[in-house]
Amino acid sequence: MLRRNIIELRNLTKSYNDTVVVDAINLLIRENEFITLLGPSGCGKTTTLRMIGGFEDPNDGDIFFEGTRINNVPPYKRNINTVFQKYALFTHMNVYENIAFGLRIKKVPNDEMKKRVQRMLKLVDLEGFEKRHVDSLSGGQQQRVAIARALVNEPKVLLLDEPLGALDLKLRKEMQIELMDMQKNVGITFIYVTHDQEEALTMSDTVVVMNNGVIQQVGSPVDIYNEPENRFVADFIGESNILEGIMHEDFLVSFSGRKFRCVDKGFSKDEPVDVVIRPEDIDVTSPEDADLQGVVSSVVFKGVHYEMLVESGDFEYMIQSTDMQPVGAGIGLKFGPEDIHVMKRGSDNEK
Amino acid sequence: MKNKSKYLAYPYVIWMAIFIVIPLVLVLYYSFTSGNIHDPGSLKFSVESYGKFFDSLYLNIIIKSFWLAFLSTVLCLLFGYPVAFIISRAKMKHRGLLLLFFLVPIWMNFLLRTYAWMAILSPNGFLNRVLEMIGLPTLAIMPGQKAVVLGMVYNFLPFMVLPIYTVLAKIDKNVLEAAMDLGANGLITFVRVILPQTIPGIVSGVTMVFMPAVSTFVISRLLGGGKELLIGNLIEQQFTVHRDWHFGSALSIILMVMILISMAVMSKVDAGNEQGGAALW
Ligand SMILES: Nc1ncnc2c1ncn2[C@@H]1O[C@H](COP(=O)(O)OP(=O)(O)OP(=O)(O)O)[C@@H](O)[C@H]1O
Ligand SMILES: [Mg+2]
Repeated sequence: MLRRNIIELRNLTKSYNDTVVVDAINLLIRENEFITLLGPSGCGKTTTLRMIGGFEDPNDGDIFFEGTRINNVPPYKRNINTVFQKYALFTHMNVYENIAFGLRIKKVPNDEMKKRVQRMLKLVDLEGFEKRHVDSLSGGQQQRVAIARALVNEPKVLLLDEPLGALDLKLRKEMQIELMDMQKNVGITFIYVTHDQEEALTMSDTVVVMNNGVIQQVGSPVDIYNEPENRFVADFIGESNILEGIMHEDFLVSFSGRKFRCVDKGFSKDEPVDVVIRPEDIDVTSPEDADLQGVVSSVVFKGVHYEMLVESGDFEYMIQSTDMQPVGAGIGLKFGPEDIHVMKRGSDNEK
Repeated sequence: MKNKSKYLAYPYVIWMAIFIVIPLVLVLYYSFTSGNIHDPGSLKFSVESYGKFFDSLYLNIIIKSFWLAFLSTVLCLLFGYPVAFIISRAKMKHRGLLLLFFLVPIWMNFLLRTYAWMAILSPNGFLNRVLEMIGLPTLAIMPGQKAVVLGMVYNFLPFMVLPIYTVLAKIDKNVLEAAMDLGANGLITFVRVILPQTIPGIVSGVTMVFMPAVSTFVISRLLGGGKELLIGNLIEQQFTVHRDWHFGSALSIILMVMILISMAVMSKVDAGNEQGGAALW
């Protein structure tokens, strides 16, 4: 299905007192897409979202909405609604009035308004809460009111700034599924912000990984996880072993004092590279028939699997396996060519 | 632990008894008696003082007092709200200074401030001199009601600004952004979000201005030039000039009851806002 672009960010830049917090980002967002901005705290996710919402003026660059530049359009004229990081509910109104706020302003007739608010209450599982004062709600309930209040306006684009931050794990999982359903059913574009990589990978069509105001990678959750473009992405998404290596020729890389076959190509001869191996891709074997040998230095039980640190040479590998080995045991590590991800060493290799 | 905190409350209980309850009981007692104050034996129960009050002379004075106090309160609200709004919008570092600007006059003696206005407004005062100098006709503001109202507004304005500023400053910036996000322009945001949330501040501001304004006798005496008798002056005169403590006490009680009633009405407004305020809009 070919989908139209609904929002385009071009060279978007924002700085506060000479500190650049969003650095010339370019991004295309398509209609009905569930796109997630993911990155560590302070990387500029909220700032980016606020510029799209119209609450922050960019210092440079442009924002396009359905092809029209909207830099100078005030928030109340944008066909975009926001679920704020801190809910920002109207504490002098009850739940019903909070949700109806936008509809009242648009002068939606009373009976239609009632219907739409009721539909929202049902969607966020808050039926019967109409008359409740928002102060008397739990954090999770408040968050759901905030979602309903934005969604009831049926905007073309919904901005959600860590909308599930205040929920416990179980409710968060439930709401994740509900939000995904809503997004599919109502058919609007979600621009979602989170610093929880699991949430991002579970929910999104597209993930945008940011660091220090710069986009590191844009891609589907699978791409982001399996083909991290640089060390930062590899490190931030999931657990990973990141080693320094040399790419000798296409499909041949060396690290940990050994040469390995791999599936990557297109590097110059003997180029220094970063090598990523996911902990779950390493198999534990007997030392004899393995690529690398090591000694277990710690074991932690994680529920589904054990997480072991294994010292091999001067590197400490993290391994996730259901096969527990005691501390001090000498074991072998085994991985195939497709488990080795070779990445260019970028300039942003501060880690 | 519990007992200790009980003892800690004693000084306040004693303080309240001596300075609030006993004087109140005395005033109440005098208001319901007649006879010679200095001869306690001659005092007997009587509602005569309350009867006296229903004289058109006195009724007019009380109506005027309430009218001028009401007018001053409305003016204070009209000036004070925008001022509080502007201060609450100012940059954090400027707020303290702006607020100070409005509060410094309170630290000056009340009489002194009022005398200063006399010097400005009197027929040969500063204002008229300046007007003469630039060739404009002089104004006869003082003595008169205009001067009294001006004095009240000037003296009590900070008591309106402060509580309104306090609630305005507490409003979450995010909430205003949420209103804009949902389609509200500046005016709608003000009417539907800011104003309802500042009603508690307005109520306490109105109370804090209205009460001293309705009972003042200094402002009306100095700026009204003795012509604008208010209920405060009336009460004062009963104690200082006419030596009719019974009538003075009865007037005080009447004023107190009326203030209590107005306060009860105001707190109803406040409570009404708390519960179903949104339905109003
Ligand atoms: N109004 C402001 N004035 C100065 N600096 C600001 C302002 N707003 C944000 N910043 C700075 O900009 C940077 C990015 O902030 P932003 O809120 O976009 O981060 P974020 O990615 O949303 O983080 P989090 O996950 O913690 O919410 C931070 O370093 C922050 O301190
Ligand atoms: Mg944020």
